[in-house]
Amino acid sequence: MALLEARAIEKSFPGVRALHRVDLSIERGEVLALIGENGAGKSTLMKILAGIQSPDAGEIRIEGTPVHIDSPRRAGELGIALIHQELNLCDNLSVAANISLGREAQRRGFMQLRTIERDARDALAQIGLAVDPSTPLSQLSIAQQQMVEIAKALSTQARIIVMDEPTSSLTNEEATALFAVIDELREQGVSIIYISHRLGEVCQLADRVCVLRDGENAGQLTREEIDRDRMISLMVGRDVDQLYTRASHGAGPVALEVEELVVPAWPQHALSFSIHRGEIVGIAGLVGAGRTELLQVLFGLVPALGGTMRVEGTPLVPRAPADAIRAGLGLLPEDRKLQGLVLEMSVRHNIGLPGLRPHALRGGLVNRERETSDSKRAVEQLGIRTPHIDQQTRHLSGGNQQKVVLGKWLSLNPTVLFLDEPTRGVDVGAKEEIYRLMEELAGRGVAILFASSEMEEILGMADRALVMHEGRISGQLQRGELSEEAIMQLATGRAA
Amino acid sequence: MKKILGIFGLLVAVFALTWAIEPKFASSYNLQNIIRWTSLFGIVSIGAAFVIITGGIDLSIGSLIGLVGCLLPLCLGAGYPPLVAILAVCGLSLLVGLLHGLLITRVHLQPFVVTLCGLLLYRGIGRWVTHDQVQGFGSSYEHLRVLAIGKISLFGQFALPVPFIILVILGIAAAVFLNRTIWGRYLLALGRNEEAARYSGVPIERMKVLAYIICSGTAGLGGMLFALDVNSVQPAGQGNFYELYAIAAAVLGGCSLRGGEGSILGVIIGAAVMRVLYNAINVLGIPTQLEFAIIGIVILTGVIADEIIRRIAARRSD
Repeated sequence: MALLEARAIEKSFPGVRALHRVDLSIERGEVLALIGENGAGKSTLMKILAGIQSPDAGEIRIEGTPVHIDSPRRAGELGIALIHQELNLCDNLSVAANISLGREAQRRGFMQLRTIERDARDALAQIGLAVDPSTPLSQLSIAQQQMVEIAKALSTQARIIVMDEPTSSLTNEEATALFAVIDELREQGVSIIYISHRLGEVCQLADRVCVLRDGENAGQLTREEIDRDRMISLMVGRDVDQLYTRASHGAGPVALEVEELVVPAWPQHALSFSIHRGEIVGIAGLVGAGRTELLQVLFGLVPALGGTMRVEGTPLVPRAPADAIRAGLGLLPEDRKLQGLVLEMSVRHNIGLPGLRPHALRGGLVNRERETSDSKRAVEQLGIRTPHIDQQTRHLSGGNQQKVVLGKWLSLNPTVLFLDEPTRGVDVGAKEEIYRLMEELAGRGVAILFASSEMEEILGMADRALVMHEGRISGQLQRGELSEEAIMQLATGRAA
Repeated sequence: MKKILGIFGLLVAVFALTWAIEPKFASSYNLQNIIRWTSLFGIVSIGAAFVIITGGIDLSIGSLIGLVGCLLPLCLGAGYPPLVAILAVCGLSLLVGLLHGLLITRVHLQPFVVTLCGLLLYRGIGRWVTHDQVQGFGSSYEHLRVLAIGKISLFGQFALPVPFIILVILGIAAAVFLNRTIWGRYLLALGRNEEAARYSGVPIERMKVLAYIICSGTAGLGGMLFALDVNSVQPAGQGNFYELYAIAAAVLGGCSLRGGEGSILGVIIGAAVMRVLYNAINVLGIPTQLEFAIIGIVILTGVIADEIIRRIAARRSD
C-alpha cells in the first residue's frame, strides 16, 4: 500500500485552473521527483499536501486512510514536512531554537532548554551536520541552513519530506552533500518528494518521476525509463524545438554598448559587452551569479560604481529608471507581482504607467486617449486574455500578467528591452507566446537582453549568450557554440 | 464611487435623524456653522489624504495648525504687512512639509516617527514664542478675517461661508490633480506598490516629498483660517487632535491607510460627517463628555460596514 496517495485533486484560483484530476502516490523510502514547467501546478500540489491550501475536490489517503489536511499543523501531525525554496527559519535564533520552533519542550510555560538542545543534537546527527545546536543560525551558510530545515522536519517525525528546488542556491559540492543526505534518508525509510528543474539531478536521484503539465498529470517514468528527452517531451508536450521559433536576423547597428561597468554587488569586476538592434542575447548563470544585479544597474535602479553605457552611441548615466526609459530602455523585472505590476490597478493603468510622462499633455494631464489606445493595442497584439482593459491585473493568470508587463513597454518603442526571467511562473502556452513576441520584437529591430535560469530557454532563444559566474561575465557564446555543457562550464567557473 | 455613496448615506442618515429630533438643527444659522467648520476641516483633510494615499501618515497637522495660528497674529502684531505675514507662514508650512518628506525619503525614517516628533516640536515652539499667551487679531484685520468668517448672501437668510468657496476651489484642484494628472496617478500607483512604480520610472522620492508638502501646506492654510475664525488662539490648545480628525475624515472618505486609494469628494464628505456628528451632539443636548465616544463608535461602525460590504462584493466577483 502506498504511504501517501492523492487522487483526482482539483484546485482553481480566480481565472486559472491550477490542478485538474491530478493523481500522485509515494511509497515508503521512495524518492519521487515531481517535475513540470513553471506554472504546471507543482507548487500548488505541494501546498495542498502541506496543508497551506485546501483542494476543491479530490481525496488524500495516508496508508489507506482518508485524511483531511486542513492546516500546516495537521500536515505535521501526519508526518508531512515541506521545505520551501526560501527557507522558513528565524536567523536571529539559534539552530536548536529553530529546530524546536513551535514545539519547544516546556514545563508550565518554561522551556526545557536541555531537552531542546538534546533533541536538536539528535536531529543534526541523523543527517550528519556537524554544527553546535547553540550556534546562531545567521552564522551558517545557506546550505547548512537548508540542512537545519531538514533536521527540523526529521525532529517532527516526518515520514514524507517535500523539497522544493532544494539545490537552487547551492554550490555543486553542497548539492552533492545534500544528495548524500537524501540517500541516507531513503535508507531510513523516509519518503522524499523532490521538486526540481534540474533534470540532471533528477536522473541521479529519483526512483520515479511524476510529470505535471498545465495542472494535469502528463505521465510517469519508472527508474529504468528516466532520461532527459523523455522528461522534456512529457513536460512540454511536444518536441522542444517546436517551442522556440527563432528566425535568424541580420544584426543591426549597435543598440547598447557597455564598457567596464562596475556593479556595486561585485565591485572587483568590470563588465563589458554590446547588443545590436534585432539581436536576442541571453544571460545565463546559476542563481546568484549577478544577472538581476546587472540588469538593475543597466536600468538605473542601482547606480553603477563605474564604467560607461551608450545607447545608440549616446552616453547614458541612468540615475533612476526614468532616465533609462527616456533613453529608450525597458525592463521586465524578475518578480512580476512585486516589481512588474500594481496588482490592484487595471490593465489600462498598468500598461500606461511608464508612458505617463513621455505622453503627458500640457499641465501634466494624463493623456487618457493615448493610454486607452495603447492598452487596447497591447491587449490585441499580445493576446492578453482579459474581459476588458479596466480589469484589475490581479485577476489575470500568470502568463497574462506577464504579457501586461511586456505591454507596458510596447507603446514606448524601446531600443533595448531587458527581460529578467521572462517566463517564470507562466504556463507553457503563454511561454510560447512570450517567445513569439520576443522574436517579433527582435524582428522589428528591438535589441533584447534576457536573463534566464532555464537552460532550454537560452539554447532555444538566444542568438548569443553571456554567461555569468559570481558577478563577472565568464564567457560569451555565439549561437553555433551554444550547448548545455559549454554554458555549465562557464556558469560554474570551470572554464576560463 | 460606490464607496462615496456609502459615506454619503451615513451623512444623510445622521443629518436626517438629528433634524427629525430637533428641527432647529436645520436652521440657516446652524447650517452655516456646520458648513463653515466642515470647510475648515475639509481643507486640512484633503492634505492629509494625499499623505495617506502614499501609505504614509502625518501626525503633526494639529500642532502645525497651532503654530501657524500663533505666528500669524504675532507677525501682524510685529507690524509686518498682512501679505508678508501670510507668505511667511505659508512658506514655513511648505518648508515643514519638505523637511518631513526629506527625512522620510532620504534618511529613511518612518513617517509615524518623523511626524510624531513634529507634533511635539511645533506645539512646543508655538507655546514658547507666545509664552503661552492667547493670540488674536483684536478688532483689526477685518478684511483678513473675511476669509474665515465672511459670508456671501445667496437667498433669504442663507449665506454661503467664504471658507466653503475656498474648499470648493481647493477640492476641485485636488481632484483634478489626483485623477487627471500624471503626478496623481504616480501617487496612487506608488501607494499601492512602490516597487512596481519604481520599476516603471516613477520618481518615488520626489512624489512622496510632494505629498508631505501638500499636507503641511493645507495644514498651514487651515491654521490661518482657524486662527482668523476663532480670533483667540490658545497656543497650548489650538488645533489639538485635528490631525486625528483629518485622518478619520480621510479614512471615512475611502482612503486606505495601506495607501493607494482615496477620493477627494469622499474625504470632504468624511469631514462633513465628523462635523455634523459633533454638531448633532450639541444640538440634541447629549452630554458633551460623550462626544469622542460617539464619534469613535460611528467611525468604527462605518469602517466595519465598509469592510463587510467589500468582502461580500469580493465573494460575488470570484
